[in-house]
Amino acid sequence: MSEKGKLSDFRRNVQPTIKEAKFTLKKIRESPLSLIGMGLVLFFVVIAVLAPVLAPPKEIDPFMIPYPKETSMYEPVAPNAQHPFGTTSFQDDLYYGCIWGTLFAFRLGLIVIVLNLSIGIVLGLIAGYYGGIIDELLMRFTDIILAFPSLILVMALIISLSSRGISRIDAATIGIVLVGWPGYTRLIRGEVLRVKSEDYIEAAKASGASDIRVISRHVLPNAIYPVVIVGSLDFGTIVLFAAALGFLGLGAPQRYADWGQLINTGSNWVSYGLRYWWTYVFPGVFITLFVLGWNLLGDAFRDILDPLYRRK
Amino acid sequence: MGLREYIIRRIILMVPTVLGVVLLIFIVLQFIPPESRATLYVRDPSKLRNIQEIIDAFGLNRPVYEQFAIWLREILQGNFGYAVYTGHEPVLDGLLARLPATMEIVIYSAPLIVLFGISLGTTAAVHRDKPLDHVSRVMSILGTSLPSFFFGILLIALFVAQLKWTTPGRASNMGVVLIRAKQGLYTRYTGLLTIDSLLNGDWMLFIDAAKHLVLPALVLVFIQSAQIVRVSRSSMLESLSKTYIVAARAKGLSRKEVIYGHARRNALIPVVTISGLLVGTMMTGLTITETVFQFGGIGNWAANAAIALDVPVVAAYAMFSALVFVVANLIVDILYAYIDPRIRLG
Repeated sequence: MSEKGKLSDFRRNVQPTIKEAKFTLKKIRESPLSLIGMGLVLFFVVIAVLAPVLAPPKEIDPFMIPYPKETSMYEPVAPNAQHPFGTTSFQDDLYYGCIWGTLFAFRLGLIVIVLNLSIGIVLGLIAGYYGGIIDELLMRFTDIILAFPSLILVMALIISLSSRGISRIDAATIGIVLVGWPGYTRLIRGEVLRVKSEDYIEAAKASGASDIRVISRHVLPNAIYPVVIVGSLDFGTIVLFAAALGFLGLGAPQRYADWGQLINTGSNWVSYGLRYWWTYVFPGVFITLFVLGWNLLGDAFRDILDPLYRRK
Repeated sequence: MGLREYIIRRIILMVPTVLGVVLLIFIVLQFIPPESRATLYVRDPSKLRNIQEIIDAFGLNRPVYEQFAIWLREILQGNFGYAVYTGHEPVLDGLLARLPATMEIVIYSAPLIVLFGISLGTTAAVHRDKPLDHVSRVMSILGTSLPSFFFGILLIALFVAQLKWTTPGRASNMGVVLIRAKQGLYTRYTGLLTIDSLLNGDWMLFIDAAKHLVLPALVLVFIQSAQIVRVSRSSMLESLSKTYIVAARAKGLSRKEVIYGHARRNALIPVVTISGLLVGTMMTGLTITETVFQFGGIGNWAANAAIALDVPVVAAYAMFSALVFVVANLIVDILYAYIDPRIRLG
C-alpha cells in the first residue's frame, strides 16, 4: 500500500472519531453542570501548577507547611493580611496548606490512578484473555477484597505496613492502591471477554499472531477506553477517600499540606463553636469543591458517553 | 431450582468467601513483627507480660500455614485477642459492648436513608425538570461530594458547640446512666439507650438519647441516600417510559395508580441491587460519623485503635464488617431472587 493510500485510509478511519468528539464537546458546552465541573477542575489545576508562585515554599520539603519557629503560641490566628486563611494549631499557615494540599491531592490521585489502572489492566487482560483457572483464582481474589468496606481494609493495611517502618502517608497510598484495583480488573476483564469473541481476533490468531501481539495490538486498544475513563473520573472519589484517612489521623503527619490532616487538626478547635471557624472551614471547602468538580464532570461524561442517552 | 435450594446453595458458597476474608486479614497481619501481634492471641492481660511465651505457645515463628491454622482455631473459639491500648479488655467483649451504640444509629438512620432516598428519587422522576427534580439532583451531587467528616464538623461547631443543643456522644451524661445501672436503678435490656430508657420508664433519658441521635443520623442520611436518590430516579424514569405504563393508563387507571402501583414497583428492583453495596459504604460512613461525634460505637473504637496501633481491634473490626457486608449481600441476593425468578432459574 502506498503512503498516500495509508493517509486517506487513516483519514477515513479517524473521521467518525473526530465527529463524535465534536459532538461530545457540543454536549459538554450545552450542559451547565458539566461546565461548572470543568471550571472547578481547571481552577484546581491552575492552583496546583502555580503553587510555588502562590505560596513560595520555605522548607526543604515543599509539602511541609512553614511555621514561625520562634513562637510556641498554640492558639490559631484569624485570617489577616499575612495569613489570608488564618493559621491553625502552632501557627501553621492554612493558606499554604490549602494551596500545596491541592498539588498533593493531584499527586496522590495521579499515583493511585496510574497504579490502579496498570494493575487492573494487566490482571484484567490476563484473566479475560486466558480464562480458566487463572481467571477463576483472580476473580475469587477480587471477590474477597471487594467483600471488605474499603476504608476498613485500608485501616488494617496501614497499621500493618507502618509497623515495618513505612511512613503512614506512604502506607495510606499503598493501601488505597491495594484495595482499588479489583473494580478496574473486573471492568477490563468484561471488556476483554466481549472483544475476544470478535471475528478480527480469530483472524489475527489464524494468521499466526502471538498471544502478546493479539493482546497488545487487538484486544487492548479495543478494551481499554471504558476503564481509562472510569478510572480518571474516580479522581475525586480517591482524593475524598485519602482525605477521610487524613481526618481519621491515618494519613499525612501534622504540618503536612494535606486537606484531611488539616481538617483533623482543625477539628480540635470545633469545641469552641464558630470562634475558630477558619481552622476547619477552609480545608473543608477545598476538599468539597475539588470532589464536587470531579463528580460534576463525571456525571456529565457518564450521560454524554453512554450510547443509550447520548442522542436523547 | 426452587427458592429454597437457591438459598442453601448461596449460604454454602458464602463459606469460602468468609474463609478468604479471614485469610486476607491474616496475610495483611503477617507484615507485623511477631512481638507486635502477640496481643491477637490472648484474652488474659496478665499473660502479656511474657511475650516470648505467647510467641512459642501460638507458634508465631512457625511456618505460615501452621500459624494460620492456629489463628483460625483461636478465632473459632471466640478468641480475638486483647485490646491493650484502647479499652483494656478482650476484643470480643469490647466489640459486643460497643455494638449497641452503633446499632442505635443504624436502626434509625438505615430506614430513613432508604425511605428518603426512594421517595425523593422517584418523585423527582415523576416531576422531571421541575424544581423538585433540580433539588434532588443538587442534593445527590452534594451528598456524594461533601465529605461526611466536614459536614459533621460543621454541624458540631454550629449546633453542639455554638448553640449547645446537644453534646457529643450518646447522652448528656453517660456516667450517670452507668452509675444508675450499677445501683440497680436502671436495667440494661438491649444496650440501646432509646429502647432501654423507655423500658425503664425514664423519659428524660429517652429524649436526651434521641436528641443525640439527630445529628449523626442527619449526616448519614444526607450522605448515604445520595446514591439511592440517583439510582431510583433513573430507574423510575426508565420505568415510566415503558409501554406497560401507557397500557395501564389506556385501560383507564388513574395517573396515581399507574405511577405508584406499576411504575414505582418495577423501579425498585435496581434499588434492591445497590442496597447491598450501600451496606459497605454505610460501614465506612459509620466509622467516620462515629468518630466525628465521639459516639463510642465499634467504628469509633476501631478508628482510635488504628491510630494507637492496637492490632487485634482493627483486625476484628475488619473481619466483622466484611462478615456483615457478605451477609447483607446474601440477603440482597435472596430478596432479588424472590422478586425476580429469572435469577434463581438462570
